[in-house]
Amino acid sequence: MTIFHDIGQYLLMIKGMFARPENAKMYWKEFIHQCTEIGFGSLGIVAIISVFIGAVSTIQTAYQLVSPLIPPSTIAQIVRDTVILEFAPTLVCIVLAGVAGSRIASELGNMRVSEQIDALEIMGIKTKTYLVLPKIAASLLMIPMLVVISMALGIYGGRLAGVSAGIVSASIFDKGLLEFFVPYNVIFALIKSYVFAFIISSIPAFYGYYVTGGALEIGRASTKAVVVSCILILFADYILSALLLQNA
Amino acid sequence: MIEVRNIKKEFNGKTIIEDVSAVMKSGQCNLIIGSSGSGKTVLMKCMVGLFAPDGGDVIYDGKNFTKMEPGEKTEVRKEIGMLFQGSALFDSLTVEQNVMFPLSMFTKWKTRKKLERVNEVLARVNLQESNKKFPAELSGGMKKRVALARAIVLNPKYLFCDEPNSGLDPQTSLVIDRLIKEITLEYNITTVVNTHDMNSVMEIGNYILYMYKGHKEWEGNNKEIIFSKNERLNDFIFASEFLQDAKDMRMLEERGKIPNDRNMDDMLK
Repeated sequence: MTIFHDIGQYLLMIKGMFARPENAKMYWKEFIHQCTEIGFGSLGIVAIISVFIGAVSTIQTAYQLVSPLIPPSTIAQIVRDTVILEFAPTLVCIVLAGVAGSRIASELGNMRVSEQIDALEIMGIKTKTYLVLPKIAASLLMIPMLVVISMALGIYGGRLAGVSAGIVSASIFDKGLLEFFVPYNVIFALIKSYVFAFIISSIPAFYGYYVTGGALEIGRASTKAVVVSCILILFADYILSALLLQNA
Repeated sequence: MIEVRNIKKEFNGKTIIEDVSAVMKSGQCNLIIGSSGSGKTVLMKCMVGLFAPDGGDVIYDGKNFTKMEPGEKTEVRKEIGMLFQGSALFDSLTVEQNVMFPLSMFTKWKTRKKLERVNEVLARVNLQESNKKFPAELSGGMKKRVALARAIVLNPKYLFCDEPNSGLDPQTSLVIDRLIKEITLEYNITTVVNTHDMNSVMEIGNYILYMYKGHKEWEGNNKEIIFSKNERLNDFIFASEFLQDAKDMRMLEERGKIPNDRNMDDMLK
């Protein structure tokens, strides 16, 4: 029955977020702060992961395409589509669930345990609106941007690895990138990134906001938030692929 | 003035506080005392609305807080300042930003005016030099003073202090107690202090509510508490031998057998 209680409490938290701000300027400041934390704070790790998954993707694709009948430009096509469809949105968002999600859960958990949330409530501030909404809004803005950056860096990483390992020349790789390009794939990746961004921010916010106990419970809540977010990301990935790719 | 009428609160079917009533007047320090687990904090949290009571009413200057809509409660809360047990300062903000936070949220003042007010309240709690420090750089007593400054920055009508002396040495505790008392008188605030520190009781207790296992056991002031005949209260306040000795001394003093400020002249005659 705990799961139904948790789902109910989660939905109430989401509903409770939508209230009129006491001071729009302060909320805007908090939103910008969260954009900086979630967006720029995760840029480094996203860049590193993207370059390497693109590079590994090129080498592994070349390893499997041994037939001389398949043109080398196909490697670029496969790397491009794999990065755009799966690696950039899903893998990066799973990493972000660990980076940004655990930060959100531990920040709110610490505020709850140290009575900072109670202090805000006593001041007459709507804490769900002030603390949770800016985090979700910032995630919805910044995470799709990070996914787009990841796509570019992933493909660039693939090109770099292909050229430096002598698998494919730069001109052939570039030619392959433009062949059979489906713009819908990018739209699909962006739809996924919006859904994942909501999961990455709202689930940890829920676990952090309602934490009870002390430091140990904050750690547990943080871990649980990341695990649940990852599972939901994979589940949503499957559902979205089934819904948006099968009939496309 | 805050009136508490027949407050009741249960958690998971277990009654934590039952039928507690009290009248807490403005311009005085109203203390809720009792041993750990007696329901002091729950009562205070019911009073400020952090817990919804299962029965009874909390009335702020004639307005029934428990029956208000959320929007109306928010308006009353803007007149409440609260000093939390662990200070509850925002870790990522400096002392100045912590104290300025309620002003930024609820006023349209220019930065200069807000800074003036922040410096004024920080001076009031004797913390002029710490504006740019972060909470992690402050001692326990300094944190309490910053939290007190934040609580009074909007000129509240009601001030709640949850165990303001916990974790502090006796001298710092005395400083905090005196600050709370002075601020209460200066701004004519209704102050409610939750404590089990007997020094605080004797120092600032204009009205004392003694809680025992979730119900009101005794009420009075710091003059009456020493001579109370209530056994549970006596067990609580004279828990240490030192205090028992102090009580005996006080008894002798009252009977005029020990010289003090009041009877010294008579005894010298």
